[in-house]
Amino acid sequence: MDHFPTNWGRPRNDAIDAYGTYPIHSRPKNDQDAFSAGVQRTQQPIVTGTSVLAIKYKDGIMMAADNLASYGSLARFKDVRRLHPVGDHTVIGAGGDMSDFQYLQTILDELTISEFTAQDGHSLGPAEIHEYLAQVMYARRSKMNPLWNSILVGGVKDGKKFLSYVDLLGTTYSASTLATGYGGHIAQPLLREAVEGREDTLTEEQALAIIENSMRVLFYRDARSLNKYQVATITAAGVSISESKHLETSWSFAEGIRGYGAQTQ
Amino acid sequence: MPGMVSTSQPTQQSFNPYTENGGTILAIAGADFSVIAGDTRQSEGYSIQTRYAPKVFRLTDKAVLAVNGFAADGNMFVKKVRQRLEWYRHAHAKDMPIRAIARLIQTMLYARRFFPYYVYNILGGIEEDGTGAVYSFDPVGSYEREACRAAGAAQSLVQPFLDNQIYFKNQTPAPGTSFPKHLPLSTVLPLVIDSFTSATERHIEVGDGLEIYVVLAKGSTSLQGITSIRGVQELTATSEGERVFVIRRDLKKD
Amino acid sequence: MFRNTYDSDNTVFSPQGRLHQVEYALEAVKQGSAAIGLRSKTHAVLLALKRSTGELASYQQKMFRIDDHVGIAIAGLTSDARVLSNFMRQQAMSSKMVFNRPIPVNRLVSSIADKAQVNTQEYGRRPYGVGFLVIGQDNSGPHLYEFSPSGNSYEYYAMSIGARSQSAKTYLEKHYEKFADCSFEDLVRHGLHALRETLQQDKELNVNNTSIGIIGPKSEHEKSETPGGAFRILENEAVEPFLQTMRSKEELKEEERQALDASKAEEATGTAAPAADDDVQMSG
Repeated sequence: MDHFPTNWGRPRNDAIDAYGTYPIHSRPKNDQDAFSAGVQRTQQPIVTGTSVLAIKYKDGIMMAADNLASYGSLARFKDVRRLHPVGDHTVIGAGGDMSDFQYLQTILDELTISEFTAQDGHSLGPAEIHEYLAQVMYARRSKMNPLWNSILVGGVKDGKKFLSYVDLLGTTYSASTLATGYGGHIAQPLLREAVEGREDTLTEEQALAIIENSMRVLFYRDARSLNKYQVATITAAGVSISESKHLETSWSFAEGIRGYGAQTQ
Repeated sequence: MPGMVSTSQPTQQSFNPYTENGGTILAIAGADFSVIAGDTRQSEGYSIQTRYAPKVFRLTDKAVLAVNGFAADGNMFVKKVRQRLEWYRHAHAKDMPIRAIARLIQTMLYARRFFPYYVYNILGGIEEDGTGAVYSFDPVGSYEREACRAAGAAQSLVQPFLDNQIYFKNQTPAPGTSFPKHLPLSTVLPLVIDSFTSATERHIEVGDGLEIYVVLAKGSTSLQGITSIRGVQELTATSEGERVFVIRRDLKKD
Repeated sequence: MFRNTYDSDNTVFSPQGRLHQVEYALEAVKQGSAAIGLRSKTHAVLLALKRSTGELASYQQKMFRIDDHVGIAIAGLTSDARVLSNFMRQQAMSSKMVFNRPIPVNRLVSSIADKAQVNTQEYGRRPYGVGFLVIGQDNSGPHLYEFSPSGNSYEYYAMSIGARSQSAKTYLEKHYEKFADCSFEDLVRHGLHALRETLQQDKELNVNNTSIGIIGPKSEHEKSETPGGAFRILENEAVEPFLQTMRSKEELKEEERQALDASKAEEATGTAAPAADDDVQMSG
């Protein structure tokens, strides 16, 4: 006879739980109100954006993201802006849930306005924006109600370049090249190869070429990407986010791949 | 499936608020100094997120905290500890002693017993009696004072090495001699560097850079030795007598 | 004590448009011992006179550190000051937590001014009985502000609050044009001279009754290191070297007279060259 009532009527599982710690008896909980069943929290993203890329170059930061917001495998929205200016020195770019990102935009816009209305010569730079975002993201994950994004924050203030990452867990880090999502696997190695050690010498043209190349590779490799994207540059002169650009891509080589194009033999 | 407990209830993939960001930390206490070190790689799975994310932080001139595990929790925890130390400074116009910081960290960790900070802490520094100290913690606040401790991804590689080299485990002293209770800084520093180069070789989550903090007690005899070390940087803020230095080294980036 | 008809409730105006309770609170500030603040391009300095209830008692605390970049000197009710300085510390820390930036000094002062204003308008409250001089530095350099229980806050080149602060103010008004460019040691000396004006007849400034609060790079008179020119409070022996630099009132008068003569002589010869020594230069 098993001495532990919690085990009665259950199969033995001493192979995976040698100390019999599971299930631990728990008392009924009363701490939820009558409406708790009606409250939903984000458990998965719905309409999603894919990678964001960013690098440091001579004059500041360059960031890029495509215009696609996917609904699962459906390319649902093809003119979504995933780069967003915050104040005069910062751009943020987001992958992940687009509604969560747009909510963050409204929060940051309110913050920018309240900072602007103080009119006391102080303004929030990229480092402050990033810290604030990190606190918001970490607070939400700690409530088990995350904002499902991974975000790059880039900017220039007081002659200092700033580039940093924050995600739904509140994890942060900075480096001279950053990429979120699929770009973290596909583009990041290309960016590191092209940028590391040249952060202070790369010209805007060179930086743009590096970004464009990575965006092209991502479009070839990432099924949730689009050949329509925007590039933001943040320099001492301020923030500029380009109109959408189109990538020229070539797929004719696919014809020659066995099992992919028309089979001639 | 055979061998598994069948559940008839539907399950939902729920949000996991934790991740593991790799890296390793270690600390060794000497008679009148303490060494606290950590690598600077931050990773998630097979991806290196950055090659420089500090895991070791100067709290006061006599206490240095190394934090390893879930990086977001770690950074937040250090921020909160620093706030508590600032309030202590406001109230008492001096820095909190290290044994008090250790107890503070325990209560702060245990306060989150049922939603823990997923971090392993090692606190190193100088006690009020001038001896070198190392305190190590588990994520929910169990702690003890030790002479040395490694934690993090390569704990299982580094700790046995330290047991052998610091505690002289599995060594027999030559007849008529005994092992020293404390090793000098000139012995400890190479042990720290070797620990990390070895961990870098054998563990994928360790590498990129190494930060070694050294805290010296008032009038420590190790002072002459440390100032001649390549690239050493002093971080001492007060003129109480204790001094803090950091030594940075490259580790392999592959 | 006199009594007005419209002073029992701070939410009621007198027919003259005054809030008597608020004005009484300003009197509480004047009851406290004096505090002086002044700034140059590189430093901001606070000086305060500490009182003691007697030979056997310790001296009161006149200065509080808020953060590395902000400190205050108080005049009035110390207990009210503790409540407000605690609030300021919280604000400073919250700025570090949320934005990782030191709180801009003007916003910190505004935040307590807003708190004080609420107490002048809401029923059932009383105004704070304390005034502050706040020094701080941010990316626009060193600053000096005054906060008062009426909910006002202003920025100053130099300011004094507390008992007999008018005498100090007279000194500061006479000399303030030199402060911007003068050395740290001279700035403290001017502050001590101003503080001396607030003393009673038979009293002198000494290491026991003088506090100095500083923001800015270290002086040769200071022993301990001050990384980043952080706020620090000097008391007891640490004040001594600065007290040594003071000149007696007679010496100052003599210098003044000589400078006046010199400028008269210059006027006579028509060569209005600037005086060589800044310390003896007169302002108009």
